[in-house]
Order: sequence, then C-alpha cells, then structure tokens
Amino acid sequence: MTMAESTAATESSHEVHHHKEPDFWSKYVFSTDHKMIGMQYMFTGIVMALIGGYMAYVFRMQLAYPGEHVPGFGTVTPLAYNSLITNHGAIMIFWVAMPILIAALGNFLIPLMIGCDDMVFPRINRLSYQIFLISVIVLISSFFVPGGGFGGAWTAYPPLSAQSQYNLTPFGAPLWLLAVALEFVAFLLGGINFITTTMNARAKGMKMYDIPIMVWMIVIASLLFMASVGPLIAGAVMLLFDQTLGTTFYNPENGGDPVLWQHLFWFFGHPEVYVVLLPAMGAVAEVICVFSRKKLFAYKTILYTTFATGILSFFVWAHHQFIAGIDPRMAHVFTVTTVIISIPIAEMLFCYIATLFGGSIELRTPMLFALAFLAEFLIGGVTGIYLGSSGMDIYFHDTYFVLAHFHYTFFPIAIIGFFTSIYYWFPKMFGRMMNETWGKIHFWGTIIPFNCIFLPLFVLGMAGQHRRIYNFKNFPDLATPDLHNLRIFATWSAVVMLVFQIPFMINFMVSIFRGKKAGKNPWKANTLEWTAPSPPPHGNFKELPVVYRPPYEYSVPGREKDYWPQNEPN
Amino acid sequence: MAFTAPLATARSATDIPTGRLATWWVVVSEIVIFGGLVVCYIMFRLHHTDWAEHASHTSTTAGAFNTFVLLTSSLFIVLAHQAASARDLKKAFRYIWFTIGGGCIFLVVKSIEWTNEISHGYTLFTNNFWSFYYVTTGLHGLHVIAGMVIMAIISIGVKKGEHLPRVEYIGIYWHFVDIVWLFLFPLFYIAK
Repeated sequence: MTMAESTAATESSHEVHHHKEPDFWSKYVFSTDHKMIGMQYMFTGIVMALIGGYMAYVFRMQLAYPGEHVPGFGTVTPLAYNSLITNHGAIMIFWVAMPILIAALGNFLIPLMIGCDDMVFPRINRLSYQIFLISVIVLISSFFVPGGGFGGAWTAYPPLSAQSQYNLTPFGAPLWLLAVALEFVAFLLGGINFITTTMNARAKGMKMYDIPIMVWMIVIASLLFMASVGPLIAGAVMLLFDQTLGTTFYNPENGGDPVLWQHLFWFFGHPEVYVVLLPAMGAVAEVICVFSRKKLFAYKTILYTTFATGILSFFVWAHHQFIAGIDPRMAHVFTVTTVIISIPIAEMLFCYIATLFGGSIELRTPMLFALAFLAEFLIGGVTGIYLGSSGMDIYFHDTYFVLAHFHYTFFPIAIIGFFTSIYYWFPKMFGRMMNETWGKIHFWGTIIPFNCIFLPLFVLGMAGQHRRIYNFKNFPDLATPDLHNLRIFATWSAVVMLVFQIPFMINFMVSIFRGKKAGKNPWKANTLEWTAPSPPPHGNFKELPVVYRPPYEYSVPGREKDYWPQNEPN
Repeated sequence: MAFTAPLATARSATDIPTGRLATWWVVVSEIVIFGGLVVCYIMFRLHHTDWAEHASHTSTTAGAFNTFVLLTSSLFIVLAHQAASARDLKKAFRYIWFTIGGGCIFLVVKSIEWTNEISHGYTLFTNNFWSFYYVTTGLHGLHVIAGMVIMAIISIGVKKGEHLPRVEYIGIYWHFVDIVWLFLFPLFYIAK
C-alpha cells in the first residue's frame, strides 16, 4: 500500500476524535495543538510589544525633556538610554514582529487554511515555542545583570558590541546575543514545520494555486529566513567568542575585520525585512478580497513578484553599508539592485489596489487597517528609494530620516499588519466578534498619532539629526527651538498612540468573554478556516474538507451568493 | 497524556514522506550555517597570505585518515538503510553501530590532533586562522556527536522494528556531515 493510499484509508475512517478533556497543563502550557501554540506566541508577542512600547516612551521622553525625571521610570542615564534603544529595536523585531506575524499567524492559520488537523510535527512545534520562551526569559533577565541590558545598538556592530570597555555592558551583551541565537533556533524549527506542512498536509484537491496567499507568504517568508539566517548564526558564535573568550574575529588590531559582521548581519537583516513583510502582505490580501467582495487581482503575478522579491532580497544587503568603507563600484551595484527590488513590491501593491477597484468596499475595522497598511507602507517604500541611492545615503546615513523610513516600513508591517489580522481572525480564534465602534476609535487613535510621530522625524533627519544621541542639548546646531519643538511633538504623539492602545486591550479582553457570537463564517469568506467551527476544536474540522476551487471566487456572475467557499462542490 | 500523531503527519501531497522532506530542510538550514562560516574563512584567507604558514602545522595525514573514516561510515549507514528496507533488523542495527563506531574513531583522531596542536602552542587565540580552525572543525565535531546520539536512539527503535524510515533520514544527515568535512579538509589541511 503506498503512502497516499494509506493516508486515504485512515482519513476515510476518520471520525471526530473522542479525546478525554486534557488537564490545565497539557491544554494551555505543554499543548501540541497548533492553535494553542499560536496563541502562546501571540500573547508572548503582545507582552513583549508592551515592554518595547514602554521603552520607546521612556527614551522619547528623554529626547523631548533631556535629563528630566520620566514618570514611571526615573532619570534616564546615558547607559540606560543605550540599553533602552538597543532593546527596543531588538524586541520589536525579533520578539514582536517575528513571533506575531510568522509564528502566531503561521501556527494558527496554516493547518486551518490548508484543511488539516494540525502541523505535521506538533511536538517540534511545541519545542519551537519553548525555545522561544527561553529566549524571552534570557533577554528579560539581561536587563537585571550588573551593567544592565546590552547597549551596543540592535545591529550590534563590533567593536562596540564586541568589547565591554566600549559598550559597558559586560554581561548584558553576551546574554542578548544568546537570546537572539535561541530565538533564531526557535524560528528555524517553526519554519521547517510550516514549509513541510504546507507541502505535504494540504486538503485533498488543493493544488498549488489553490493555496491562499496568506499561507504562501508565510511559507516563502520561512524559506527566506531559513536561507539567510545561517551566516548570522555563525557570525553570532564568532561574536560571542570575541566577547567572552577573547578571540579576534572582528578586531582589526589582530587581523580581524569589523565590517565582516556588518556583511553577515545585513545578509540576514535585509531578507528579514521581507520575512516579516510577507505575512503582513498576505493578511492584507485576504482582508481586501473579503471586504471588497472581489477576486484577488492577478493571484499568480502576486506570487511571482513575491518570489522575485525574495530572491532579490539576497542581493541588496550592502545598501546598509554605503559609508562603511565599501568599494564605491560595489555601492553602484547595490544601488541598482536596491532600486530593482522596489519594482516587484510596487507591482504587488498595484495588484492590491486593482483588487479594490470596482469592488463593493465595506469599511469594517480589519479593512481600515488593511487600507492603512497600503498607504503607510507606500511612504516607507518610497523613502527607501532615497536611501537606496548611495549618493543620497551618504548624507542621510544614521540620521532620523533612516529611522523614520524604517518605522514607516516596520510599523505598517508589525503593528498595522497585526491589527489587520487580529480584527479579521479574532472571530475564528475566540468565536466572538470584536466591537466595531471601539475598533474604529482604536484605528484612528493609532494611525493619526503614528504619522504625527514619524513625519516630524523625517524633517529632523533632513536637518541632520543623528540617530544615536543621548542629549541634543549638547549639540547647539540641533538644539534650536524649531527642531526641539518637533521632538516634543513626536514624543507626545507617541504617548497619545500608546494611550489609544488601552481601548484595544479592553475591547480584546471583553470581546473574548462577552462579544457577540460569531458563528462559523461571519465575514462570508471563502478560505477553509471559515468552514471550521469558531473557535475550532482539537482536530479543527468535523470532517476534513475537500477543495474544489481557488480561494478568491467572490461575486462570481450567475451565482446567488457573492462568495463560493473552496470546499463547496458547486 | 499520551501523544497521538495528527492525520497531517501521514499526509503526503508531494509523494515525499514528511520525515524525508523535513530532513532535507534541516540540511538546507545547516548548509547556510556552514556556508557562512566557510565563506568568511575563505575571504580572510585570500587577504592573509601569511596563514599558509599556520596551515602547514595542521596534519594532512590525520585529516586524510579522518576523511577515509567518515566516508566509510557513510557507506555503513547506506548499508543500514538497505538492510532496514529489507526489514533485516539485526543487520540494520549492526550497521548503525558500525557507523557510530566510525564517528568515534573520527572524534578520537580529532582530539589527538587538537591535543597535539594545543601542546605546540596553537590555541584558539593564536591568530584568526586558528580561531577559524577550532570554531569550524569544532562545530563540525558537534554535528558528528549529535548524529551519533540520534543514531543510537534510532537503533533502539530499529531493534524493535519501529520507525524504520528514520534510518534513511539519519543517513541523509550523516552524508551532509560527511560532505561538510569534504569542504573543511582541503580548506584547513591541504591548502598551505
């Protein structure tokens, strides 16, 4: 009997599992259920986002009111400031964007969207979260060791990161590096699971082009991560040896090369942008199809542009290093590749806009966030073209222009992308609807202050404000009232944005217990997760679905209903 | 609570068993780790002609012997796979332990080499050549140890006739470890 036949045989005899009700520990803590692991990743990510947001609040207050007492923290010392900005960056990327966008959504959605009962390796999945949790504990404990948390910037360039007489965090630095390395291992394990599950465990009848874009995006992101992180793991081991044992891989005095780290870091770091971008793009694709009741424009083109972006992302890394002493001829090459990579991404955005064109658009909260993603990410993308040109970058490098550009890409990805997904999939996750009005209040309270924070920072960057300055009062050129008022404005906008997260938290918690019952398919969507009960039980489907058509058959002419679920025979 | 594998694990839309597929993806992620390390070493080596002098202190004979040992152990794991496919459990068990034996010989030779070099004053801190040498071959050695441990665990299953496809999967991994050595041997032992 071949593999396929035996699978068919087991599945035809498959009835609803009659597991005995698991106890608290095996249900919530040591669960192998993909949905529970997804939740664990999501809640850990939210907690880390609160920590990262708190850090941003503290150092923004220091920048607006240098040396003054910050409510809820105290006086920010230079050492604390370094540690805050370093860990804010690292936390938001490695412990918020990654776990929420890839791990939480990937774990929760992949088996549901491809119509199977779990990941192919549930125990490896659990191990992945446990390693991730250890990395979180290591990172948080690094704040409390002598010298405090690592203060060598999230990019950890040597010699600043390699020698404790420079970064002044002898224990924080190696712990930070260890935490990052553990986090990478966790996501490698998770990624292997995602890719294998999607390749092998799809529902009967689901062909390559019947896979929802969301799943494609998570899989391609996992592939990118897998192919780019290796050199940095090797590099991190080398840096750890430099820090703790005294080897000299990155020390020029003994024949080492500090720029080597920059190459290894950005060879990973640039694909990493796309690793977190793609799942957000996937979520937005699902949402705009459902809320404009239209077929996704150019499904295959979106897929091909994603592949093109993925491949190109391995050839752009040195655009982070234009002033690191690389050969100007190489700078030209990387300028060209960087400008080329904007083409597939722009094409993707055009496909999304074309999907909206002529649709019957319904502005529910997830749709608002999806539209905001397109608009805000566009600003991030366009300012990226300035920075990708080596001539411009020599002036802009390490200024707040870079910082604002970066936040205009990562904020839409990590925060708006997350809110798009959570408002859209919340009914599936918890079986209840979130409150629309509060959702809209949260939306405007997030998007308007976001722009008020970072638009002034573009202006400050163009005025020459350097990124890593503790107190601008020490620089008379930068301490003028004009510039300083912009800083204060940005800080208060950040405070307002953080305050507007409170309605979200309340809405989220209250809706879990008190929201309106959602039913199976509240949004009238086509993809398979909406055919499972909400919330899906252990094993997901009463009867494993069979797929008959692509995922985006909305408003098909001649049909009574304007949607056509993937699993309906006709 | 006893763990029951989900139906997903048994599915095979690609007609490739899930375990084999996952093993290949593990190999892919390992290739980039070793790839990064080896490329760093090569870039340094091109800029430091003086490293040839240091490289001449590594023992080509020991390296060549170890290459032979690893290649032979790879043959054994192939034979173990063949025996497992034919459900000849005793033979498969024996060949797995021959492979583990090969790994042991490799590690013994390696530790004699390292002892020799360290006693001649070439340590991790002598210069970057030696740093790369110890880190790269050390990382490879850890992979050898990991492979041996996993093989020992698999051999228990083989004895009971359970999880026989795992012999093939560990074979893929063992070949990968072998091939990494085929890159490290010329880079650290032959090029002088």
